[in-house]
Amino acid sequence: MYEFKLPDLGEGIHEGEILKWYVAEGDDIQEDEPLVDVETDKAAVTIPSPKSGKVAQLGGQVGDIVTVGQVIAVIAESGEALPKIAMPAAAPRKPAAEKPAEKPAAAPPPVEKPAAPAVPVAALAGRPIPAAPATRRLARELGVDIGAVTPTGPAGRVTPEDVQRFATGAPAEPAAAAAETAEPEKRAEAQYAAHAASAIPFLDIEPLPDFSQWGPVETEALRSIRRKVARKMVTSMVLIPHVAHMDEADVTDLEAFRKKEKARRQGQPGGRLTLLPFIVKAVTAGLKETKAFNASLDPFREEIVYKRYYHIGIAVDTGRGLIVPVLRDTDRKSIVQISADIEDLAVRAREGKLDVEELRGGTFTITNVGPLGGTALIPTINYPEVAILGMGRAQEKPVVRNGEIVIRKMLPLTLSFDHRIADGADAARFVTEMVRQLSDPNLLLLEA
Amino acid sequence: MVMGSLRQETEVAIIGAGPGGYVAALRAADLGKEVLLIEERERLGGVCLIEGCIPSKTLINAVELAEAARAAKRMGLTFSDVKIDKDALLKWSDSVVEALTGGIGTLLERRGVEVIHGRARFIDNHSLALEESEVSGVDFQHCIIATGSRINELPAAYEMPVWSSAEALRIPQIPESLLVVGGGYIGLEMGLVYAGLGSKVTVVEFFPHLLMGADHDLVDIMFKSVSKRFEALLLESKVVGVEKTANGFAVGIEHAGETRTEEYGQVLVAIGRRPNTDDLGLENTKIFPNEHGVIPVNEEMRTTEPNIYAIGDVAPGPMLAHKASREAKVAAEIIAEHKSAFDNRAIPAVVFTDPEIAWSGLTEREAETRGIQINVGRFPLSALGRARTLGRTSGLVKIISEPDSNLVLGVGMVGPQASELIAEGTLAIEMGATLEDLMVTIHPHPTLSEAIMEAAEVAAGEPTHIPPPRKKS
Repeated sequence: MYEFKLPDLGEGIHEGEILKWYVAEGDDIQEDEPLVDVETDKAAVTIPSPKSGKVAQLGGQVGDIVTVGQVIAVIAESGEALPKIAMPAAAPRKPAAEKPAEKPAAAPPPVEKPAAPAVPVAALAGRPIPAAPATRRLARELGVDIGAVTPTGPAGRVTPEDVQRFATGAPAEPAAAAAETAEPEKRAEAQYAAHAASAIPFLDIEPLPDFSQWGPVETEALRSIRRKVARKMVTSMVLIPHVAHMDEADVTDLEAFRKKEKARRQGQPGGRLTLLPFIVKAVTAGLKETKAFNASLDPFREEIVYKRYYHIGIAVDTGRGLIVPVLRDTDRKSIVQISADIEDLAVRAREGKLDVEELRGGTFTITNVGPLGGTALIPTINYPEVAILGMGRAQEKPVVRNGEIVIRKMLPLTLSFDHRIADGADAARFVTEMVRQLSDPNLLLLEA
Repeated sequence: MVMGSLRQETEVAIIGAGPGGYVAALRAADLGKEVLLIEERERLGGVCLIEGCIPSKTLINAVELAEAARAAKRMGLTFSDVKIDKDALLKWSDSVVEALTGGIGTLLERRGVEVIHGRARFIDNHSLALEESEVSGVDFQHCIIATGSRINELPAAYEMPVWSSAEALRIPQIPESLLVVGGGYIGLEMGLVYAGLGSKVTVVEFFPHLLMGADHDLVDIMFKSVSKRFEALLLESKVVGVEKTANGFAVGIEHAGETRTEEYGQVLVAIGRRPNTDDLGLENTKIFPNEHGVIPVNEEMRTTEPNIYAIGDVAPGPMLAHKASREAKVAAEIIAEHKSAFDNRAIPAVVFTDPEIAWSGLTEREAETRGIQINVGRFPLSALGRARTLGRTSGLVKIISEPDSNLVLGVGMVGPQASELIAEGTLAIEMGATLEDLMVTIHPHPTLSEAIMEAAEVAAGEPTHIPPPRKKS
């Protein structure tokens, strides 16, 4: 009997939502055949079966949240009988519910305790994760999978502090905790209390009023990607002193060149040539000059990590939420190659077919809301990066050239950057240089 | 058959009062649970206390003392012929057992644990029927199965008056010659007891090595010492026939395809144990023991019935009292809705031969079969001051570590007091200690415990008390 535990899905991913089972209990499955689709904070992943055999038990239903290390399936090798082991119950995902204007008088239905609470299981099968028994107990009590904790001790030993840090920095509602106080009211109260105790002066977080007293409302559970975005944005805004530097690039000539090339390259890879790959190229050139914007700041080690590679993230609206697939090594690719990569990533992002790995390792992000409209925006930095470029809508405007009013196509650009790591002058130089290059396609060719 | 008509209700019913069951009872009671402990025997403590660990160690200590007295001659001590009075020795052993069983009774009583004597069988997943008891049945919310194990019988000696270890511990006689069937720890320990009492002891083992599971380097050192005390150690040999004779037993032993028949005054069978799960009424529950009678459980010691737990010899893993006690605490804590799990990395194994053998965590054999890269540091007791002062220099301590990180994965030792020293090694493994942790911890001098520090130094390539290889000139 093999208990298959949800494997580590990559850095920082602790849990996922079951999207689809490929098998039912009692089915036969071969090693490496798809077992389940799980949607994590970053993307949907298909998890293959680690063993051949008969599926004795599945560890949750579609829509349930499973945590890393939790048993998601029990696979019996051929010939084995199929007794049922009490499995930790997955946390059921609360469905979207309509709330009537009037508060219901009836008490909430009693929460059924799961048959067996979730037991976080360290990787006992392989090399055990070094941690003292008391640390392991602490992890269990906090509902932390010790295998997911970043260790700071020698030989990869997990310390009690590591567990604490993980517990506070990590999702505020791991499955085990959620299962324990599944009543949303109580859970929210506990979280308000915890947050109110945080040490920021004047920070005043109070429970929300019951909005239904003023009219009908509808509630929806904060889903995987939405929740991830929420966390990431708060982290970024709290940790990073943002400064925004704005300018407009005259892309009249570039646009003429682009349209000509686009018509010529119709149907070829990268042929759907938009402004974005040109911006990516100009940004990459700028990052080479101003390395502070291609870095990360480690506040605990008090170190700046400069990255010697250029992986540019592109914010994509997928319909299921905002994700940021990453273009690799943009310094070594032509504009047409970049264009082709963008097309590929964008299509697969919308289909939910990106690999988690394709969402990691970015060094700088570009967000392009321009096509949807807007004259200017102030983007929020994609933590732990230190800068982000926002593109507004490129449109024709009257501008003054040599004392004359002329019509030029202007692209609004905003660079939000981390003032801990760079200053206004750095941003001004970076953006001015971009504006200069974008004004003349020949310069992009020569310099970028 | 005595049958009560009274039914009882309880939060937690525990079947079996051995080192699993009684510890579970104490812990559950401490955590505020109402506990009922059901024990078939008259006395508490189970096999370990009544006919296992405790009496055997009492006897071993006595014969070792006699042996030490004989061996003290070279230190200038002579005793005028050490004699063992078997009846007085047995009385001493009984008094030790009595003191401990009484102690358990007191501990349970003070916690308000009710003890019922009788034989329990499941009727369903919330009730037990009791036989030979003043109570007819027990209805429970949670149940812990801690029924332990019993001695395997030798098919070739079926229904013959051969000894089991339990009978041998009663010292019914001191036979002139004794054949011990089984070279595991029980066979070796009991063999040494009877050799110490004066029997000519022959040990026969089916496998090519003694002590399955132990590393060969440890066993080899013990083997050398023990073979002097035994008449013979027959490896890769099998008992194929046993017949009662006027003076004892004629035993056919097959080795390398040839069968030889020898006569022995008595035969002691020590070929392992089997979980007591076949007569528990488990067919009335959704619990299915495997073909070895072992009940599958998860890390919380929960069986396939979510309110029924299995610990100790009936649960997977080695049949050791200290493992049962730890599992007992986990089960009790889970029942009391604490977060707990049996996630121990090391279960120490101890063999009270002379010298003693002990190991904990990863062994070299296991590393080899599982393809785990390891680094091994061995420190011989011959290089240790304390071992010299004791005149006990045959032995070694070894530390098995992970090559790059120096994480301690296993500890093995053979030598005097290995049974005590292994505790430090086990702690190191549980704590995730590295070689450096063992090396920089001050160990008292002169003691045997220094060997652990020294072995860690060897493993790290920085030995203090081992000379570096001679430089070639």
